[in-house]
Amino acid sequence: MNDTHDAPPSSPLRRRLLMGVPLAGAAIVGVGFARMLSGMQKGSFDPHKINTPVINRPVPDFTLAAQPPGTGFSAQDLRTMTKPVLVNFFASWCIPCLAEMPVLMTIKKDIELWGIAYKDRPENAEGFLRHSGNPYTRIGSDREGRTGIDWGISGVPESFLVTPGGIIRWHTATPLAPDILQTTLLPLLAKLNSP
Amino acid sequence: MRHMLSALKRRLITVVFAAVIVVIATPALVLAVDDPSEMLPDPKLEARAEHIGSQLRCLVCQNESIEDSSAGLARDLRRVVREHVAQGQSDGQIIEWMVSRYGNFIRLAPPLTLATLLLWGMAPLALLCGFVIAFVVRSRRVKIQVTPSPLTEEEKARLAELTKD
Repeated sequence: MNDTHDAPPSSPLRRRLLMGVPLAGAAIVGVGFARMLSGMQKGSFDPHKINTPVINRPVPDFTLAAQPPGTGFSAQDLRTMTKPVLVNFFASWCIPCLAEMPVLMTIKKDIELWGIAYKDRPENAEGFLRHSGNPYTRIGSDREGRTGIDWGISGVPESFLVTPGGIIRWHTATPLAPDILQTTLLPLLAKLNSP
Repeated sequence: MRHMLSALKRRLITVVFAAVIVVIATPALVLAVDDPSEMLPDPKLEARAEHIGSQLRCLVCQNESIEDSSAGLARDLRRVVREHVAQGQSDGQIIEWMVSRYGNFIRLAPPLTLATLLLWGMAPLALLCGFVIAFVVRSRRVKIQVTPSPLTEEEKARLAELTKD
């Protein structure tokens, strides 16, 4: 026997493999994290986003009392519409809603807007609309916030695009800004109106 | 007499101080149920509602359960949970009701799906890797422990010389 006390010399290939596997693992994880971070900066990835499952579903059942100066509406009214409607949750206590109003005033010529006053006193919501202008064709009052929960909203403002027949096609949990209109909503509307 | 009075005063201060501490510390011990009227009268049903609520994410605070959060939406969702519990719905039915509105994101523990396979599998996988490494290292060490080779003639002669005395 000519064994020695030293460890048997490992082949260079095996050594390289032993070093390489953890390095490759770390590299894959690193690339994954880098992509997540760059996505967060560009806005294409948001870990806080709630993926509302109502997309491509019919609107939930609800009936809302009128919110002056508009008339209230129900799920049935949305289902019998023959053109798309943008349903917008707002409240007088919500600063981003106030910021969104000028944008809503500009798009009301492209799409009918129906408003839902979320957890708001009717007189406050009315004062808010008198002050900021009223972009809505119909306005319902969701005083208790129950309808908001059925639509899966987590705050205001949120907007839902409802196509004829009452199917929710698109949703955003952010205030509508001109860039969202140009990149997403208006192209989607053009596509819906073309066929 | 004077000495006794000051001792009494000191004692009084201690008691007041202890009372203040208790009052300050109490809110930290209870859940965020802002208003006792929110709670169900039946303690058994209330405990069930709390158990369900603690598994549901507050969508405003996101890292708190709806039982821990005092956001308005969390309060509304707590009320929904309690209404459904009082109606006699099962835990699964209530969680399903929430998931159908807010998606799996509302569950603080995500269910095992293809997308969460790596998340759930990571801990057992890491444990398995550790076992494999430990096993490999151990088996190699056993292989290294070999019997020493017998002495050569030269070494035998030297040993004999050293042990001659």
